[in-house]
Amino acid sequence: MVSRDMDITRFTSKGFFIPGLISLVILIGLATLPIYGSLYNVVLVTSILMYIILTVSWVLFSGPTGYMSLATAAFFGVGIYASALFLPTTGAVLPVLVVVLIGGLASSIIALGVGALTLRLRGIYFAIFTFGLVVLIMELLNWWELSVSHLLGRYVMLVDNNVIFYTMLGIFVLIMLTSFFIRRSKFGLAMRSIGENEEAASHIGINVTMVKVITFAISAFFMGATGAIWATKLTYINPHVAFNILFSFMPVLMAIFGGMGQIYGPVIGAAIFAYLQETLQTEFPYYYMLIFGIILVLAILYLPNGLVGLVQNLWKRRPGGQHADT
Amino acid sequence: MPESIVTILDIAIGGLLLGGIYALIAMGLSLQYGVARVLNIAHGEFIMLGAFGTFTLYTVVGINPLVCLAIVGPIIFIIGFLLHSTLFTRLRISAPNPGAYEASSLLATFGLLFIIQNIALLGWGADYRAYSYLNFGVDLGGAIFSANKLVILGFAIGIGVGFYLFLARSRIGKAIRAAAQDPAAAGLMGVNINRVLAICFGLGAAMAGLAGVLYSMRIPLNPTMGLQYTVIAIIVIVLGGLGSIPGSFIGGFILGIIGEIVTYIDPSLSLAAYYFIFMLLLLVRPKGIFGK
Repeated sequence: MVSRDMDITRFTSKGFFIPGLISLVILIGLATLPIYGSLYNVVLVTSILMYIILTVSWVLFSGPTGYMSLATAAFFGVGIYASALFLPTTGAVLPVLVVVLIGGLASSIIALGVGALTLRLRGIYFAIFTFGLVVLIMELLNWWELSVSHLLGRYVMLVDNNVIFYTMLGIFVLIMLTSFFIRRSKFGLAMRSIGENEEAASHIGINVTMVKVITFAISAFFMGATGAIWATKLTYINPHVAFNILFSFMPVLMAIFGGMGQIYGPVIGAAIFAYLQETLQTEFPYYYMLIFGIILVLAILYLPNGLVGLVQNLWKRRPGGQHADT
Repeated sequence: MPESIVTILDIAIGGLLLGGIYALIAMGLSLQYGVARVLNIAHGEFIMLGAFGTFTLYTVVGINPLVCLAIVGPIIFIIGFLLHSTLFTRLRISAPNPGAYEASSLLATFGLLFIIQNIALLGWGADYRAYSYLNFGVDLGGAIFSANKLVILGFAIGIGVGFYLFLARSRIGKAIRAAAQDPAAAGLMGVNINRVLAICFGLGAAMAGLAGVLYSMRIPLNPTMGLQYTVIAIIVIVLGGLGSIPGSFIGGFILGIIGEIVTYIDPSLSLAAYYFIFMLLLLVRPKGIFGK
């Protein structure tokens, strides 16, 4: 009995305490960044956090269920337009946090509708449907702006960089906690069983459609909220900027780059990738997209389990370590 | 002839002229996805390469754009063949299951899109380019169409039908169809599966390249033009049934006519209408009009 108790203590201290402590240290480091960091660093970390949030929210739904959603840019864009509507440069303005909430809610409502309609589509069909959704919303909005409101683009109110940073950080903490608790809950287990075998999951009594739609909506909430705060950094937006299809693919690539096996994989992948993107953009403005494409292809070819998978493999292969299983 | 009939004729012929290009693009993608299981997001980039290749050959060397078909087509086939034999074959072998391969190959083509597009941007610059070839009016029952559009349609139908016959009749075509039905069994029957899939991918890219050669006669070119045609190709192959080559051919013409009708009502809505039809179709009949 004693040994079993000790096992539990060891489990809790190793599995919970140390990662918790590391997270806390990172969080404190981030929260105090505006005090010791330069403005450039604050802006850079804001973009990195934006990509991390998009990636982790994408993984929240697509990771365990295996449905590859390319709708991220749609939800992100809806959030951006929520800001354009409620945080204009002239006229009445709502508090920033309320607008962020509106962006998130608007996205999750769309996700509920789209999810209920489309989640019976499997595999590649779901991917191309969600891809189409982004462009459909963009084209309709484009038409509306040109023919009805006669605006090419819209201006968004200027918001202090620190406010943007702390809002982004807040959303980041929320998505991390949400992912963590969903992963550990029965709900997360239900999603993983859907990913493994949807038929079997529904036979053992899981309400497959409900689990999928709710998770899709939760993940869309965070994408929309991020879009709303990101818009204040862009200040000028139009449908092509807001619904850029790049934002649908980036989270997928960042998640794969980091590795989806662990909760921190996508975070690391997004952080490195976003940092790389920002530096390449300033260092090699003409070649950066080319270099970026090459890195993408190489990552897909040589890092099938992501960076975390690579590190784990190297760790297993070290002298005296466990043998790698392949 | 009464005005309304001329308008209808105008729309119908205009739709066929547009549809010819869509048909070629979609047949290429259909082969790449239907057999090689690569949903090629970079498909439109091969159209762009074909179009710019023709532009350079015509304006710099002075080669007739129709002759360019015979030059550009094989070159793009080789590029596609090599891409598949290196990149996609490796991905296919290392993928744990077909679903994982479809996802990873889709993402790899997204990387390819950036690579090809940015090489083209470095080479040709970001400006719009155009040249003029066979640019005079032809009267078809009261409606005037430029000669190059009619030539494009003629060649598009010729290439499309020829391509179909090649798949249906030739020995390689048989191997391709065998690979599409059951890659493992085809491999056991002595089909070199990696080579056949690479040929498929190359042929698909070549079809896009040929469409680009033809299309360059009538539209201004830009290195970023590709993605919209990829999207149109995806819509057409869903319309015609994923993997069905004749379905894609007919679907291309259907989408072309739909496009002309919507353009007649409100030009800024045509892309939105494509998507609307596409999404409706995915919901109601994901197998496509001609799917089994």
